Amino acid sequence: MTSFRELSGTRTFRASWFSQRINLKVMMLIGLAVFILVMLMLWSITLGAVDLSIREVWNATWGDGDRKTLLVVRTLRWPRIATAVVIGMALAVSGMLFQSIARNPLVSPDIIGINSGATVVAVAWLVMTSNTSQVPLAAFLGAIIAATVIYLLSWRNGASPDRMILVGIGVGSMTSAVTALILVRYPLEQIRPAVVWTMGSIYGSTWSDVKITGLVILLTLPLAVVLMQPLRAMSLGDNVTRSLGIPLETTRLAVIVIGCALASVAVAFAGPVGFIALMVPHMARMIAGPQSGGVLVFAGLLGGIMLLLSDTVALHFLPVVLPVGVVTGAIGAPYFLFLLYRSNSRM
Amino acid sequence: MASAAAAQSESIPTPVRQAPRSRTALMLVGLVVLAVLAALLSLLSLRFGSLPVTTRDAWDAVFRYNIDSYEQTIVREMRVPRTIIAFFIGGGLAVAGTVMQGVTRNPLGDPSILGVSAGASFGVTTAIYLFGISTPSQFVWFAFPGAAAASIVVYSIASVGRGGPTPVRLALAGVVMSSLLGAWTSALLLMSEQTLDLVRFWSVGSVAGRNLSVLWSMMPFILPATLACLLMGHQMNVLSMGEESARSLGMNTRRVRMISSALVVILTGASVAVAGPIGFVGLATPHIVRSVIGADYRWILPYSFFTGAALLTTADTVGRVIARPSEIQVGVVMAFVGAPFLIALARRRTVAS
Repeated sequence: MTSFRELSGTRTFRASWFSQRINLKVMMLIGLAVFILVMLMLWSITLGAVDLSIREVWNATWGDGDRKTLLVVRTLRWPRIATAVVIGMALAVSGMLFQSIARNPLVSPDIIGINSGATVVAVAWLVMTSNTSQVPLAAFLGAIIAATVIYLLSWRNGASPDRMILVGIGVGSMTSAVTALILVRYPLEQIRPAVVWTMGSIYGSTWSDVKITGLVILLTLPLAVVLMQPLRAMSLGDNVTRSLGIPLETTRLAVIVIGCALASVAVAFAGPVGFIALMVPHMARMIAGPQSGGVLVFAGLLGGIMLLLSDTVALHFLPVVLPVGVVTGAIGAPYFLFLLYRSNSRM
Repeated sequence: MASAAAAQSESIPTPVRQAPRSRTALMLVGLVVLAVLAALLSLLSLRFGSLPVTTRDAWDAVFRYNIDSYEQTIVREMRVPRTIIAFFIGGGLAVAGTVMQGVTRNPLGDPSILGVSAGASFGVTTAIYLFGISTPSQFVWFAFPGAAAASIVVYSIASVGRGGPTPVRLALAGVVMSSLLGAWTSALLLMSEQTLDLVRFWSVGSVAGRNLSVLWSMMPFILPATLACLLMGHQMNVLSMGEESARSLGMNTRRVRMISSALVVILTGASVAVAGPIGFVGLATPHIVRSVIGADYRWILPYSFFTGAALLTTADTVGRVIARPSEIQVGVVMAFVGAPFLIALARRRTVAS
């Protein structure tokens, strides 16, 4: 790791009217993360009830192989793996955005009610109708409505992050209470699918899930990277931000909307997957340094890696198949503890 | 000091201010009023509930018990225990939350941050899964050690490195522990439906179906911890001035933090063991109290106790009245009672931390 220190420092990239400061260390970490991600994807896709070799997978991807292999590779495995990557990315990026906005390292997108809002609507839907096909839509609506309510309730000459946190806790408590009430009031067989949903799962993901999530990421990530610059100023306080000429409320709203879009689409397709949105930003900062657009991208890649790793372990390396949300906590926590230990003992 | 002030006031006109002594008297009167209010609300909890009971029956049940009367038996055997439990748990959780917020200087300070609730859930779920226990008085003996063990691990993790367990490190370690334990708990719930069926009623937070023996078994932890917390007002006032200021005033901040964290863990762990994880009392009560009486922790703490007690008993009563003939658990009602309060508070003024 000490060799990284020698390389750190910024270079400036210039091309006629355009110039951008680039941190070499972060760029290298991004490259490393992409490499690890690709390796992980290739490894994960060969695993399963039918073990396939890389060559078979490669051929099947391009449509060359027997029907069963084609089905397994193209309809089952690739969508699931791609979903894990994009959703992990969406969660990590939205987590970092919300942590910057709230100026509090303990927040996750749930602070604006995304997970709890999605959960209450999805649970109610599943328990009362047992219709699993519309659950993503229900969850998405729940997330968006909760976020809107919280944002509006915390608006008083501006949406101060401290107020948003408290309002978010209030609304979140209420929705969690309703969820708990539903789970207690209905018979066990009826609530079981809902309980499973609340643990987060990407099993049975389809290409449309990937496309929609990927589209949202494609639209929002560049904007988010650009917004990291004013966000750095915002971490110094509201007054400093204003005196630097940054439009405070507009920037805040933009970041919140982007963060909500990413987190809502993630919870819609994967259920409330814990840990990634909260911890991966921390991990990214511990490895790559203070926040910037580059670190945001790195965090996204790290999120994809974590979720894909958790999903692979959940599906293939446990005696019982568990939802991915259960595994992210179990895998991520020890790694985060390790990073915490390292950073603490260095301080 | 009084004579110097008097001497000064003769030469320079000073604005009239309340002398310290009458403020203390005012606060004391307020506290007594609050305590009486809490007691009255508890009495209401005996009178109102899922089953219609007359005031005469409720009175007789306590003072002139007629064992043949069904209504009186309900009041005596079911409402009295849950009222007493709600009173002490509510007060204890509120005090624990106040200490937590004062020590971490974070408005989000909630005892569950230390991994207490997750540890308790983990203990209960594992015990149900492995041993098949099924009553609250049995849950208690696994929930409390679970909560304590989780918090000790959290504390150890946060203590690594220089500077010891700072609030941020504690909170981060707490979240990590909660994730780990939560993952394990979820896995167990998926693997066994009977476990899920029992745990879902425990985790919603309820004082129903618990007799006083459940409370007494945890009282050796709840009562001393509550009293000790109530006595920490002075330390918390000093801490609230900031880390450097507190240290330069001679306070051993590390030791104070360690002691208060231990007290919070014991208090919260015991409360969660009895009634399940009841959210929100610990988080909202300090804010509510602070907005009324200001920032002196020596008063905030006892006020929080009675406010929390009143809140929880009222929430329990309401839960039984509005869902006749069944009930809505107190954990759910607390969220609906407390959350609007918190939201209104957040909107009304800048957040006091």
